[in-house]
Amino acid sequence: MNAKKTKLVVIGNGMAGIRTLEELLKMSPDEYEITVFGTEPQPNYNRILLSPVLSGEMQFQDTVLNDWSWYQENHITLHAGKTVSKIDRHRCQVETEDGIVAPYDRLLIATGSNPIMLPVPGINLPGVLGYRSIDDVEKMLGMAGPGSRAVVIGGGLLGLEAANGLMMRGMDVSVVHLCDWPMERQLDKVGGGLLKEALQKRGMKFYLSRQTEAILGETAVTGLRFKDGEEIPADLVVMSAGIRPNIALAKSAGIHCERGIVVSDTMQTYDPKIYSVGECVQHRGQTYGLVAPLFEQAKVAANHLARYGRMRYEGSSVSTKLKVTGIDLFSAGDFNPVEGDEELLLQDSARGVYKKLVLRDNKLRGAVMYGETVDGPWYFQMMRDGTDVSELREHLLFGQMHLGDSGLGGASSVANMPDSTEICGCNGVCKGAIVNAIVDKKLFTLEEVRAHTKASASCGSCTGLVEAILANTLGGDYSAKSSKKAICACTESAHQDMPKAIRELGVKTIPDLMRALNWKTADGCHVCRPALNYYLLTAWPGEYQDDSRSRFINERVHANIQKDGTYSVVPRIWGGVTSPAELRSIAEIAEKYQVPSVKITGGQRIDLLGVTKENLPKMWGDLVAAGFVSGHAYGKSLRTVKTCVGSEWCRFGTQDSTGLGIKVEKITWGSWTPHKFKIAVSGCPRNCAEATIKDFGIVCVDSGYELHVGGNGGIKVRVTDFLCKVGSEAEVLEYCGAFMQLYREQAHYMDRTAPWIERVGLAYVKQHIVDDASGRAELYARFLESQRYSQDDPWKERAEGKDAHEYVALATIEQGELQ
Amino acid sequence: MNWIQVGMLSDIPRQGSRVINTATGEIALFRSVDDRVFALNNRCPHKGGPLSQGIVHGTRVTCPLHSWVIDLESGEAVAPDKGCAHRHEVRVAHGVLFLEVSNEATKCT
Repeated sequence: MNAKKTKLVVIGNGMAGIRTLEELLKMSPDEYEITVFGTEPQPNYNRILLSPVLSGEMQFQDTVLNDWSWYQENHITLHAGKTVSKIDRHRCQVETEDGIVAPYDRLLIATGSNPIMLPVPGINLPGVLGYRSIDDVEKMLGMAGPGSRAVVIGGGLLGLEAANGLMMRGMDVSVVHLCDWPMERQLDKVGGGLLKEALQKRGMKFYLSRQTEAILGETAVTGLRFKDGEEIPADLVVMSAGIRPNIALAKSAGIHCERGIVVSDTMQTYDPKIYSVGECVQHRGQTYGLVAPLFEQAKVAANHLARYGRMRYEGSSVSTKLKVTGIDLFSAGDFNPVEGDEELLLQDSARGVYKKLVLRDNKLRGAVMYGETVDGPWYFQMMRDGTDVSELREHLLFGQMHLGDSGLGGASSVANMPDSTEICGCNGVCKGAIVNAIVDKKLFTLEEVRAHTKASASCGSCTGLVEAILANTLGGDYSAKSSKKAICACTESAHQDMPKAIRELGVKTIPDLMRALNWKTADGCHVCRPALNYYLLTAWPGEYQDDSRSRFINERVHANIQKDGTYSVVPRIWGGVTSPAELRSIAEIAEKYQVPSVKITGGQRIDLLGVTKENLPKMWGDLVAAGFVSGHAYGKSLRTVKTCVGSEWCRFGTQDSTGLGIKVEKITWGSWTPHKFKIAVSGCPRNCAEATIKDFGIVCVDSGYELHVGGNGGIKVRVTDFLCKVGSEAEVLEYCGAFMQLYREQAHYMDRTAPWIERVGLAYVKQHIVDDASGRAELYARFLESQRYSQDDPWKERAEGKDAHEYVALATIEQGELQ
Repeated sequence: MNWIQVGMLSDIPRQGSRVINTATGEIALFRSVDDRVFALNNRCPHKGGPLSQGIVHGTRVTCPLHSWVIDLESGEAVAPDKGCAHRHEVRVAHGVLFLEVSNEATKCT
């Protein structure tokens, strides 16, 4: 081994410690000579899956995350089955019980936690076990058998999972719990009551509000006595009264500990050479026992060990899901309302459904759900985003009704879906395939599931369902995407960081921005480059040099690529109003270039399909000569303004909707937006232009104009939210431009208006567009300023020769040249 | 060996691609950000998408149709996707591009 390498010693061969190494090896594979000590004789396994092993739904080998060869391949020295007994901070070395000494330059403590063993008589009898390791599970299985009796002390998450597992092994199982209902840290009284009933129906017995006084037996466990004197028989007692951070070793080395090993936001202990992650740490007063926060900590610790020195751990909010097959339960946040909080409740005893949401200041603080948990991830996301839900509150409890389509509209319980249910309609992925991939390939995140199964990787409408399946398969321990999600694997930066970073750093090119934010790849990828190009373009209108290499093909060549590699051409037809002369020129041009297919689009335009790339500039030249400009049907940009005929002809029309539509389109065309942007103007409330499923919809009424925002057809049909009513066309234009600018400046790239509004809340949009007149005027002014630079017709430029290399082959090699 | 001169390095934009028509189909030449040049069949192993139209990043290209990522050095799809867009030999000498064209594309591993 290279003697010059820095030495990293890891105490703890569990999920947090090894995850940190995995993250570290990804960033900096050669930085360290790594040694790992683990008390357990096994390689790193997935502790979350102990319950399925106990219940017999899974084998131990299925839970192994890193087998022996992984340690070898990464040149990691593993001492499995060796317990470190001393950290010598003066000599910078650790020592094991049997005398192995390992020096360190950096030390990572990931000693996890221990089950709390109640200090009652009999606690040391054979047959009394904790529930923590595969060793505990094997011992339990050794004693389990039909007819024998198990008592689980502690009716929390783990206790119930253990009880369920033992029951599935044929044991007669009782749960003893101090509180009035099980899982009181995750459930309120009603939810806990429903859970108890469901488990009782399966045969589990409950002794609630009971305190254990003694464990009975001479040479082995025979029973249990409560404080009130009652005795119950038992052959096996499982202690699941909670976990305690395992800090004895750190404490003996003089490292500052309270309940856990105290760490900073960089996951360092008070000794800066020593890092700590996992259940043993205490961060900002919190300790964690679920895997998602541990993985976030691992990422931060690895980032600092790799000398990137950029990330901070700022604590996690966690959600919980019980891994008992057939029971759907979800909880997150603070669900016990305190003064000033509001509660929303839904209880349907017949269907066994219970939901409680706790709000404060119009924001979600907590959620408990039982029986129907599909919307859990949605609530959790809004909780972490701090979404203002005041406009949603009437519907909030009924969930995200548009979650998942492709015939799944009524599906409320992922757990009860058969494996053959198709989840992802785009890629034809069934529930069974997703579950198998999660288990076999040991996946933890949505991104991993997407990469391996393609589920939700196309249109994304089934993302919520896929997340629910992840949560259901892994329990509460899956790594839900954190509210600050990195744009892609090239960076730790999130979409919401970009506009501010660009402004503050003053950078004006993609390479400069990547350098300033420590991008991990030389020139990004197909995900981040278009996003950065968009953010820079929005930040510096007129100044930023658009990077065509960071544009998706459609925006690079200003036409829509089709499945056979040809393109479609859609000329702009203002407000959908055309003339015989215009139609004649389109017809002639279509014939001249032998366009195989001509179609009217949903946005009232004419689509010329099947044009070869070489023909595009020539065809555009002809279209431009006939008075057309690009229709931008290919871009994340203003698409079309759809109109009805309005008061000019229609006997119901209240205003000139076509005229207004043309004015709106003249102002907004050419603008680049985070995703495509569609507008419609209807001349009366009959709404023939379908304005209420557009990003910005105008419905004319006798007394003025109703403005609606955030609608879309497509994947998930979403009806607009009503923004406000205005009295004049001039106001329509101002509100429309201001709304577009707010969306352009604040939405994440690739978010349409609907998810953006759902994230920030309609109240936020109203506040900026309706209530704040001067803010609105400023937004509108910035929109118009930006439009000064974006209304050059890209077709005309290319017909005149710009980017000619995009449209022609470099060379042709004739058959004769091939010898 | 049959090296054919097909153009200049400067004909291909950085992080871009150009197409060579041949009797057996199109070949896409890619130029990475650090001026290395690669040649693959202009067909994604997934559904035949024109790789030359994709976004080039590092030594990879992302297919414009369904975002498969193809490694330019090997022609192989990046895991977990599987497939190969056969590679061709290409050289740059004094800014001139030479492509080795044989009727058989380089085999994939």
